[in-house]
Amino acid sequence: MAHDHDHHDHHHDHSELTETQLRVRALESVLTEKGYVDPAALDLLIETYEKKVGPRNGARVVAKAWADPAYRARLVKDATTAIGELGYAGRQGEHIVALENTPQRHNMVVCTLCSCYPWPVLGLPPVWYKSAPYRSRAVADPRGVLADFGFALPKDTEIRVWDSTAEIRYLVIPMRPAGTDGWSEERLASLVTRDSMIGTGLPKSPKDVAK
Amino acid sequence: MNGGQDLGGVQGFGPVEPEPNEPVFHADWEKRAFALTLAMAMPGEWNIDMSRFARENRPPVEYLSMSYYQIWFAALETMVKERDLVADDEIVVGHALNAPKPVKRVLTPGDVLKVLHRGGPTERDTNTQAAFKMGDKVRAKNINPPTHTRLPRYVRGRAGTIERVIGFHVFPDSNAQGAGENPQWLYTVRFDGPELWGEGTDPNVKVSVDAWESYLEPT
Repeated sequence: MAHDHDHHDHHHDHSELTETQLRVRALESVLTEKGYVDPAALDLLIETYEKKVGPRNGARVVAKAWADPAYRARLVKDATTAIGELGYAGRQGEHIVALENTPQRHNMVVCTLCSCYPWPVLGLPPVWYKSAPYRSRAVADPRGVLADFGFALPKDTEIRVWDSTAEIRYLVIPMRPAGTDGWSEERLASLVTRDSMIGTGLPKSPKDVAK
Repeated sequence: MNGGQDLGGVQGFGPVEPEPNEPVFHADWEKRAFALTLAMAMPGEWNIDMSRFARENRPPVEYLSMSYYQIWFAALETMVKERDLVADDEIVVGHALNAPKPVKRVLTPGDVLKVLHRGGPTERDTNTQAAFKMGDKVRAKNINPPTHTRLPRYVRGRAGTIERVIGFHVFPDSNAQGAGENPQWLYTVRFDGPELWGEGTDPNVKVSVDAWESYLEPT
């Protein structure tokens, strides 16, 4: 709650948090004692999404698409299968569609109804992605949202917003930065940011990573 | 339902505030609430659409004043109580007081990675033909069910174009009510900015939703 950037007073937030902590602990104890959950499985779920599944997966996919035209073609045709080639699949990524950014068109992904997000390639969504400001405004004023992220696109660039209302999950393939000819996939992956795969950011430039 | 979750186009929330170097979780209880929610899908007492409805089915003022994992956890509490898996007094004391209800399966540590990798695909086989094809003009119906739906308010009554025939997928409106998967053809429907938000809207903005066939009518 305290990290939700809301405007409630902090004392209120603090007591809410304490109550939530207690309730979560109580429910976990009851569910464990009744044999519905195994705490070791819970620990493994947390470890998986904290340490193993995250935007580095998606960065590998994008870098491969930049470096390998045949892979890019497979990714655009059937992203679920192409992403599966790298071992990423499953929960909240059962049906993935890849969206290519071009000089004429910039893609941006939102879930106005909840928090749908391609977990196998991006991990769990950041708080802002699930927040009311993003979910409300991404579909009505996407240029304003991009300005909140500190960038602007030319007026004649089409902004194509994808509201994830079904079980299809979207991954943006940003444009490959200039000055990266001959780079290895691994080096290219270091330029791919999480936000560039949501459409609220751009990849880093070679200069950014040289610093 | 026309609840607090249906946020597209709502105004007054202020700017998006990205958090630099954001951690995956912001508190230990978030980790536990997240993992409990995933693990409790395993017994098979509910499906993902029922979970989504349990999250959104609360007064909008409540929905909007809770953090996302608070919403997840509140929905989990609701569902375990509704299914008689846990009683109120057990949550109060934080211990099991009654015998457990038999469930189909429990998530074991050995199954975690396998279960995550498999996920829950929603595409189903069909012999039926899709009613619409790419390029068809359609209109999103004006529906206002008090139950779960994935047709957001901001596109209802608006005209758009079929951009992609996705496949034949489980229909959440039905699945959320325990009325069966009732799969239907699913489409990506693209709307022009001005059609959604009126004159003066940037014509270079296009917005799509993924919509099941019964949400749509030909224009």
